[in-house]
Amino acid sequence: MNALDLARWQFAITTVYHFIFVPITIGSGFLVAGLHTAWYRTNNDKYLRATKFFGKLFLINFAMGVVTGIVQEFQFGMNWSSYSRFVGDIFGAPLAMEGLLAFFLESTFLGLWIFGWDRLSRKVHVATIWLAAFGTLFSAYFILAANAFMQHPVGYTLNAGRGRAELTNIFKVLFQNTALAAFFHTVPSAFLSAGGLFAGVAGWMLVRGRDTEVAKPVLKIGLVTVIIAFLIVAVSGDWTSRIMVKQQPMKMAAAEALYNTESSAPFSLFTVGTLDGSKPVFQIGLPGVLSFLSTGNFKGVVEGVNDLQKSYEQKYGPGNYKPNIPLAYWGFRLMIGFGALAALFAFMTLWWMRKGRKMPENKWFVRGLISMPILPLLGIAAGWIFTESARQPWIVFGLMKTSDGVSTSVSAGSVLFTMIVFTALYGFLAVIEFGLMIRAIKVGPEKTPVAEKSDSMLTMAY
Amino acid sequence: MSLNSFWFVLIAVLWIGYFILEGFDFGVGITLKLVAKDQAERRAVITTLGPLWDGNEVWLLVAGGATFAAFPEWYATLFSGFYLPLFLILLSLIVRGVAFEYRSKYGKAQWRNRWDNAIVISSAVPALLWGVAFANIVRGVPLQKSGKGVIEYVGGFFNLLNPYALLGGLVTLFLFATHGALFLGLKTDGSIRKQANELAGKLGLVTAVLAVAFLSWTTFSLTSKTDVRMLSLAVVVFWVGTLAANRAGREGVAFLTSSITLALVVITLFAALYPNVMPSSLSPADSLNIFNASSTHYTLKVMTVVAVVMTPIVLIYQGWTYWVFRKRISSTHITSPEAGVLDKIHQ
Ligand code: HDD
Ligand code: HEM
Ligand code: HEM
Repeated sequence: MNALDLARWQFAITTVYHFIFVPITIGSGFLVAGLHTAWYRTNNDKYLRATKFFGKLFLINFAMGVVTGIVQEFQFGMNWSSYSRFVGDIFGAPLAMEGLLAFFLESTFLGLWIFGWDRLSRKVHVATIWLAAFGTLFSAYFILAANAFMQHPVGYTLNAGRGRAELTNIFKVLFQNTALAAFFHTVPSAFLSAGGLFAGVAGWMLVRGRDTEVAKPVLKIGLVTVIIAFLIVAVSGDWTSRIMVKQQPMKMAAAEALYNTESSAPFSLFTVGTLDGSKPVFQIGLPGVLSFLSTGNFKGVVEGVNDLQKSYEQKYGPGNYKPNIPLAYWGFRLMIGFGALAALFAFMTLWWMRKGRKMPENKWFVRGLISMPILPLLGIAAGWIFTESARQPWIVFGLMKTSDGVSTSVSAGSVLFTMIVFTALYGFLAVIEFGLMIRAIKVGPEKTPVAEKSDSMLTMAY
Repeated sequence: MSLNSFWFVLIAVLWIGYFILEGFDFGVGITLKLVAKDQAERRAVITTLGPLWDGNEVWLLVAGGATFAAFPEWYATLFSGFYLPLFLILLSLIVRGVAFEYRSKYGKAQWRNRWDNAIVISSAVPALLWGVAFANIVRGVPLQKSGKGVIEYVGGFFNLLNPYALLGGLVTLFLFATHGALFLGLKTDGSIRKQANELAGKLGLVTAVLAVAFLSWTTFSLTSKTDVRMLSLAVVVFWVGTLAANRAGREGVAFLTSSITLALVVITLFAALYPNVMPSSLSPADSLNIFNASSTHYTLKVMTVVAVVMTPIVLIYQGWTYWVFRKRISSTHITSPEAGVLDKIHQ
């Protein structure tokens, strides 16, 4: 492997890892804020207990989200310095805004929330968790806008003299439809995973008959969050698909393993292709559905990989413009599949429990509950791997190839070394954080939570 | 003032914020085991940082992001060039964040001790390496213009470990350690406070010796700018003031003057650089400066609007946090020092 492959692996490993924690943070921030507000409004102790219990899980997760994010901030300069030189004029702006508008807000107000139980008035204290939660949304927006520029560059000109892209319109970069669609797809997917976490944990507590008065409302909140989030994700996913067909037709063709241009193109359910990705060997599909998804018309023409390869060659010069087709194809299906599975299970659980009926207690149901936090996270990882890998060979679509973006002054040995250490450390920390989560869930909510004016609150975190 | 100079100043301001704020975080981490004897004391010491450390670290993230936005060539060259030291810093920051958050989850002495050791090491390593990095930047590193006209770092890892840079690293290590002890003197009570006051005096003297050596080296062999000499002198004056205030038991004044000293250190380094951002030790023509490293005028304008609106707001709410948590903490506040948050088994 050369420095380029290693840098790509390192980026993939560190971002996918970062993004295990990010969705849980975004979604649970708001859910915990909701529980805290319920306590503020009703003074009912069960909401305080729920706030503190799920707050604890949220904070264990948040710590990992923060420390893995620090690496992301500097990785562009370390491993992708040619890329950073080329787009820095544009790409740096949303990154800096993310820090100034989002990270300060999140970290400061979360610190106030954790340690503020006995120092702030109840009203101000509730406000701090809401501000921290909104901080995570700002963070998501700016970073997704930066990523959207890589998918579909807008608002720039090329400066041949300095060999770089330069910003001409910041509003285009921040508010193009690619960024908006990504936001309305990614944020609900975060709620899907946080809802899954809440539902899974609360459901397990109910099955075990523990703290049922805390678990019951939370289970409902979790299940409903999962279902609503899935519906929004599906609608914005449809929007995203239409944008993608226009902006990155090759990505759609790869996602469908559609090799030759067709009208009435089928939506493929299962496919096996040749290894070099030039044609399908075996495929099952729903006739016309792909045409409908991408054009809104069952008879619409959808371009295939091979024809797109030819037209890209004409436009961008000789080269291979095909991404990894099996990865894109299965990434797309697993994304939808895992999310849908979680939503289906949530729906069935609500049905089983309608009008106060008892929950089923067999072991398959318990396994279903345990998979509730995991399925959405797998779907999200698949979604990102699809989005990013099917953009290849471009790092900035149509402007710069990934192979031209890598740092030239960093040796393969250095990248390999740092990758091994990061991966080992990440693996080690994953074991610890997973152990703490399980432990926290087993210990359960405090029996008699202390709300205010007590120094024992100091032990909430340290 | 041109926007390029304005952003040079703004990046200096971000580093000043970072050095003052995470400086005492690092210092508290480094001195943790020296000032705190038992579980309760250690817990009290770490709790002084509890609500603050993450917000302090964001100053670094914003300094990084702002450098990317305003001087992309600087960001790209610096972080790909200083690859391994930056990697060690990142590694430390990861371990440190997790250590703060996870150490009190269990009460077991071994669990806590390991995280406490992690805190000490992961605070000392970046404290040392930031000094090494900045000293190298000021001294100049091998930068060369490639065929394509791109200025890149062409030295290796060991180039960065020269005596001047290592001395710079020791200066920041001891400076941050003293600053942290002064912070603890201001924020704790009881025996921790006494220990911290004493330790600050001792560490401060070592710092003074190292800093005088480093600043003399800088002003006599690296630059002939008179403003750098004046600033170096001011650093020394404020540091002497810090030590005197600490000795006199004026904790607030001591912490304030040590913060001013840290600000002056950053100002001195940036003044020595200006108008370069990374001078080349090979040829002045291959240096990165505030013009050839910068973004376009338009991007700088956009970022100026954002920075001018947001920075005061951030300062206000971060300042408010310090006000909310102004009370001193002592080991008597820690009611059950041996208890871990997750120790209680469900009945
Ligand atoms: C702001 C920019 C940005 C953002 C928000 C993301 N990515 Fe990305 N991604 C890149 C910028 C990028 C990149 C720098 O452009 C990479 C590195 C190499 C490449 O081709 O693109 C990349 C590659 C890349 C790869 C490897 C693809 C390949 O080389 O074949 C994966 C699996 C991901 N990313 C996954 C993610 C995940 C899980 C993200 C969620 C946090 C994510 N990306 C957000
Ligand atoms: C690859 C690009 C990315 C970079 C450079 C990056 C950078 C960072 C950094 C530096 C932090 C730590 C901030 C702190 O200390 O509070 C962080 C945390 C966070 N990031 Fe990312 N990030 C990336 C991808 C994303 C994406 C795509 C999203 C959202 C959709 C996101 C959402 C968040 C959130 C919500 C946090 C808060 C901490 C947590 O997750 O627990 N990040 N990120
Ligand atoms: C139900 C129908 C869905 C459709 C039609 C859909 C469609 C899409 C499309 C077309 C993309 C690529 C966007 C691009 O590259 O520009 C994408 C990305 C993504 N999907 Fe989905 N998706 C669906 C469900 C889900 C579910 C259930 C999840 C979460 C479990 C999910 C999570 C993601 C994520 C995290 C990304 C990457 C971020 C982004 O580009 O917006 N998607 N999706």
